[in-house]
Amino acid sequence: MDTLEMKENKTEEQKPKAVATLTGSQILLNGLIAEGVETIFGYPGGAIMPIYDALYDYKETLNHILVRHEQGATHAAQGYARTSGRVGVVFATSGPGATNLITGLADAQIDSTPMVCITGQVFAHLLGTDAFQETDVINITTPVTKWNHQVTDASEIEEVMAKAFHIAQTGRPGPVLVDITKNAQIQLTEYFGYKKCEHIRSYKPKPIVRKSYIEEAAALINAAKKPFVLFGQGILLGNAEQEFKAFVEKSGIPAAWTILGAGAIPTDHPLNVGMLGMHGNYGPNVLTNECDVLIAIGMRFDDRVTGRLDKYAKQAKVIHLDIDPAEIDKNVKTTVPVWGDCKESLPMLTELVDQKSHAEWLQKFRDFDREEMEQCIDAEINPTEGELSMGEIINQLNQLTKGDAIIVTDVGQHQMVACRYAKFNNTRSNVTSGGLGTMGFALPAAIGAKFGAPDKDVVAIIGDGGFQMTLQELGTIMQSKVNVKIIILNNQFLGMVRQWQELFNDKRYSFVDITSPDFVALAKSYYIDGKRISERSEVIDALTTMLNHDGPYLLEVMVKKENNVFPMVPQGCSVSEIRLK
Amino acid sequence: MESNIEKQEYNITVYTENQIGLLNRIAIIFSRRKLNIESLNTSPSEVDGIHRFNIVITETEEVVRKVARQLEKQVEVLKVYYNTNQDVIWQEMALYKVPTDIIAEQVSVERLLREHGARAVVIRKDYTVFETTGHREETDRLVKVLQKYGLIEFVRSARVAIIKASDGFHVKLREFERREPSEDVVENQYLNKGEKIFTM
Repeated sequence: MDTLEMKENKTEEQKPKAVATLTGSQILLNGLIAEGVETIFGYPGGAIMPIYDALYDYKETLNHILVRHEQGATHAAQGYARTSGRVGVVFATSGPGATNLITGLADAQIDSTPMVCITGQVFAHLLGTDAFQETDVINITTPVTKWNHQVTDASEIEEVMAKAFHIAQTGRPGPVLVDITKNAQIQLTEYFGYKKCEHIRSYKPKPIVRKSYIEEAAALINAAKKPFVLFGQGILLGNAEQEFKAFVEKSGIPAAWTILGAGAIPTDHPLNVGMLGMHGNYGPNVLTNECDVLIAIGMRFDDRVTGRLDKYAKQAKVIHLDIDPAEIDKNVKTTVPVWGDCKESLPMLTELVDQKSHAEWLQKFRDFDREEMEQCIDAEINPTEGELSMGEIINQLNQLTKGDAIIVTDVGQHQMVACRYAKFNNTRSNVTSGGLGTMGFALPAAIGAKFGAPDKDVVAIIGDGGFQMTLQELGTIMQSKVNVKIIILNNQFLGMVRQWQELFNDKRYSFVDITSPDFVALAKSYYIDGKRISERSEVIDALTTMLNHDGPYLLEVMVKKENNVFPMVPQGCSVSEIRLK
Repeated sequence: MESNIEKQEYNITVYTENQIGLLNRIAIIFSRRKLNIESLNTSPSEVDGIHRFNIVITETEEVVRKVARQLEKQVEVLKVYYNTNQDVIWQEMALYKVPTDIIAEQVSVERLLREHGARAVVIRKDYTVFETTGHREETDRLVKVLQKYGLIEFVRSARVAIIKASDGFHVKLREFERREPSEDVVENQYLNKGEKIFTM
């Protein structure tokens, strides 16, 4: 009892003076501004109307982009977060507005993308009454959010928003959802000014890097004859590109990337040996099972990267650097765990490793490269006859963008081809749905990517299937005049599933034959210019026209119908059983 | 079926903030992996403002360790321990409702209570309620005995467990709460006040 009374007395004495009396909605918007938010992707509706009403007075400071579907808002926020490194912000109403966020939340959760979603909710006294547009948003979103919270009183909003932004962007980033009942949005309350959250007592975003593990890791690396680095998005999320480059350059270790790690060091870097995983490069996959020390940095050994786990790098000692302790030993047993932020741990490691060049070992990767080039890549990116291939489009695009564009991809064959062949000179240039594999991601994500990096060319590469999942966002591109370039690689199939059906189901093409509308005419109906090509002689001109066009542009490329993405690690096989054809 | 030879009962102790919705966040970490929670208890801890969950599952150590890390990753979770039964002191409580007439006529009640460490909580004309506390086998044994005498109702509580070696964390918890006192839970204050709220 004593402690209770003391607490109350304290609040009486120390109560700060209110700066103003504001509505919950105004407090929310003030919070966004204090967090440096400039762009919001959203869609209004009944339960979030008070926030939109308040937003009317903040039009100059907060740029609200009206999407065409709430899923589009989440992917746009993801695209924004990926290219800018800042938190993507989404507004949606209760019920169907909120349930439409689920795919984007799940995508952001598995790909560690910082995002804050604000949903309107029915009045607090109506909770649990099956009110109009009431859904149990908190419980529906719990498995797909890093944190979520329901606000029923305006006085909570300031603190909850500060927590939301802190949680979304610290440690291993992720999506956060704040559900605000309508009464709390309207309610007037005393406002004491916005205080950023810097600490939550139960939340440990960054494990402390232990010196002893760094020493053990360095000793393993220094003794290694065939060390191999695998790097993932953790490098980008930790803003540790420079630290990473310094590490690989000093240690001279060949380094391969997961698709979300692409661009952490430039594609052309002499120690960058290519892409990991099911459709990754030949050398990195085969040599995973030959290296003696495997150094995994900011990656999580996804099954698409490891293939069959019981035959994965069994010969190697494994060093795993990750900020999330739950990732250590989750899939691959670690010899030396290095918990912590790689921005801190990498320089400590770099200091202790010997300056080396593993020329002979690196040459092995290059030998595999040559074999892959001859048997597989050359035909894909430099064909001289027959129908167009996806790879040659990416290759030509590289020539024109010089690797400086942001490439946003959807999911499927075109995604693997684009990630394999696109050139990246810069970090945060590859935006794709990695973990969740969300078809329909690219078009809205490209919108957000452009807002996140307005000075860069943003090129969305999308299949004919995925494009039809979120094509309504052409409306957003039209209305908000978003200068994105869209390339549809149209093979008239749901190509990746078709490829599997061809290889593993005796060509029983079950519902993968998809027809499409006239995409160019469709774009035109949204006042977006476009062109369709199917001849090799048209490619360079068409791509140049697209890139030089002032404003959004849609280029539809008719490509070979039954082309397969190779190399490939068939499901259930070891990475060293990768097939070149 | 894989052999479950390495599987055994684990007692997972989760220290948390007192937060609405956290129970669900914790429960779905198990259900997502199709793990059955055999017993779940939430209670205050020795430190004001900090709650603890006692969760019992039967699994391999590796699965339990991974689950524990996923639990500890949650924003409002302070600390997670997992222990085998040998590492904890644990009890479960059970209540048994039996018809008084049968029990009084046919059973040597005094002996029964003594043998099972039970006591009578309520004695009425129509029924009697016994209570016993102990390990699962002990509370189960009394069920078997009373079944014969027309057991009307049986209920067993979740397990509560105390870790044998938890001194270190106790000190940390106290220090933790002293430095940053926990916040009060904010509940919905409006459920019964609909008429006072302007709606549309």
